[in-house]
Amino acid sequence: MSTASLRVALVGNPNCGKTALFNQLTGGRQKVANYAGVTVERKEGRFTSHSGRQVQLLDLPGAYSLEATSPDERITRDVLLGRYPGEAVPDLIVCVADATNLRLHLRFVLEVCRQGRPVVLALNMMDAARKRGIAIDIPALQQRLGLPVVQTVAVKRGGAQALIELVDGYVIPAAIPHESPAPASDLHAEVRSLLAATVTMPRATDSTDDAIDRWALHPVFGLAILALVMFLVFQAVYSIGKPMTDAIGDGVGWIGGLAGGVLPDGPLRGLVSDGLFGGLGTVLGFLPEILVLFLFIIVLEESGYLPRAAFLLDRLMVSVGLTGRSFIPLLSSFACAIPGVMGTRSITDPRDRLVTMMVAPLMTCSARLPVYALLIGAFIPAHRQIMGLFNLQGLVLFLLYALGIVGAMAVGWVLKRSHRDKTEHALMMELPSYRLPKARDIAIGLWERGTIFLKRLTGVILALTVLMWVLSTFPAPPAGAVGPAIDYSFAGYIGRALQHLFAPLGFNWQISLSLIPAFAARETAVAALATVYAVSGGDANTAGLGQALTAHITLASSISLMVWFAFAPQCMSTLAVIRRETQSWRTVALSFSYMFVLAYAASLLTYHLVEWFS
Amino acid sequence: MYLSDLPKGAAATVEHVEDATASDAIAQRLRDLGFVHGEPVRIVTHAPWGGDPLLVQIGSTRFALRRREARRIVVSKEAA
Repeated sequence: MSTASLRVALVGNPNCGKTALFNQLTGGRQKVANYAGVTVERKEGRFTSHSGRQVQLLDLPGAYSLEATSPDERITRDVLLGRYPGEAVPDLIVCVADATNLRLHLRFVLEVCRQGRPVVLALNMMDAARKRGIAIDIPALQQRLGLPVVQTVAVKRGGAQALIELVDGYVIPAAIPHESPAPASDLHAEVRSLLAATVTMPRATDSTDDAIDRWALHPVFGLAILALVMFLVFQAVYSIGKPMTDAIGDGVGWIGGLAGGVLPDGPLRGLVSDGLFGGLGTVLGFLPEILVLFLFIIVLEESGYLPRAAFLLDRLMVSVGLTGRSFIPLLSSFACAIPGVMGTRSITDPRDRLVTMMVAPLMTCSARLPVYALLIGAFIPAHRQIMGLFNLQGLVLFLLYALGIVGAMAVGWVLKRSHRDKTEHALMMELPSYRLPKARDIAIGLWERGTIFLKRLTGVILALTVLMWVLSTFPAPPAGAVGPAIDYSFAGYIGRALQHLFAPLGFNWQISLSLIPAFAARETAVAALATVYAVSGGDANTAGLGQALTAHITLASSISLMVWFAFAPQCMSTLAVIRRETQSWRTVALSFSYMFVLAYAASLLTYHLVEWFS
Repeated sequence: MYLSDLPKGAAATVEHVEDATASDAIAQRLRDLGFVHGEPVRIVTHAPWGGDPLLVQIGSTRFALRRREARRIVVSKEAA
């Protein structure tokens, strides 16, 4: 029956464009990127073919071989062999191969065929192959392989039409003639004879790739380009994102004022204008800066540049106990440590993976940006130029990012030293072709990031903001009280209790209090401070909060606070993900405690140094 | 001669991959990636910091290999 529902699995080598094909088929909102190991999660989608056939599509992680060497390759192998618990064996396997890289990809296709299951081959990136003058005799290939072969262009609209038609009319065969398994070297010999008979290739590589790589991988220029790219990203976050942030802050403040004017005086008015607009509005204002950062990360991912950066930095990362492969998860951690920790699945070596996971939270994630932006905006002079080129605020932000990196290197180095086991770790990393990022993929990526941020804003952050407002409003001060009302509230008591612990770092009780919600989500610290200071009589917007801070804390305290945020074990979600990925509470306890000690010591030192100098 | 001995830009042909240990998973993966007898390879470039890792072209693919990995791959210089 061709109308029955069909379970289809997509498999292929890393960088074969499998994820883009999945998106094309399902209209899915999955991330498409250009480096090995992006698909570490199970992704499933559905589509209905022209004749009304329901197709369930499973996107399996990229694999070079069924001799799995990493957790994601093991998933692929186990699903294909029907060994994966809770996962039915697919009715049809669609093997995706990059038409410009058949020497490598066809070997895996043959290996999958040996498993004796129904397979079709999708030759992807046919547009790139044609452009490079690669000619493939498809009927001959089809005949020699003994399976249906279709051409696809996953990045183009309608580029998967042939595959959809094939799946539409596919009849699940009763039995597949089972070939006897042959040694791996025979597979290579088979690929060679297949290629010789069916493919003509003017040259092995893409001339554009060669030209770009001559510069991008040059020992001197390559590193200079990498440093420049990183630096531009952080400058752009400030110079493009900041003006938009200010505009949003002003707008929210204005609406908050209007809303406050309409409501009758009382607790409700306080909740709306201080709690909601003061707290949430401040955090919302940082959306543009976060989007600018993600824009750059997505473009770098899509273009294929990231593995080049990993290549350039591998030796350096090995010397601090990491691997070049750590670069990709660590870079994602600049956006958020959660995808970073999850991305470590593509690191084959378990020890490299653990060290990467340990240091990933030290990378400056986007949730720290609101805090940094607030403190930098309040305490660092805006119009100071360094060498007439960079503004001082951007430079301080850059230094904070650098601090996280240096901290991670130090921790990695210590962990490496403490290991007894000195067995070899392998790199063996593919450098894919450069690709021009597609506007659609970037837009999907930004949309995903933006909605995740807004969902957090309306979920966790909203709840915590309201809680902070309640804590800092009740109980009301007794009659005849002289100090500000908030001193008599629950928040006042909790803050003062915590201050015993944090006073040596130069934190007042308001800041100590804001560290509690920051543990749930770092950016909430800003909302909490805004709420606390708005309740104690300040203005409820970013500029107002900045002024309130400069009136209440010193430069030394603010720098100490930034250093605290650079190292502190914050964000429960990160710790939860580490627990999920390692299945070990010991690892979670270890990462929490080392970061707490590191943050405390670094802030203490910073506070006293700055005090002493100023 | 090993792949790791080749200078930048040099081309050679793979002889075989040696196991550094018993049932060496790294050697097995190198063979899966296409480092098998008769396959032409070329050193595209070296990374900074002491020329490690190497960038190796095999077929249409470029792989970054550390020197220790490349030291498993026995090659012979192409007959000029």
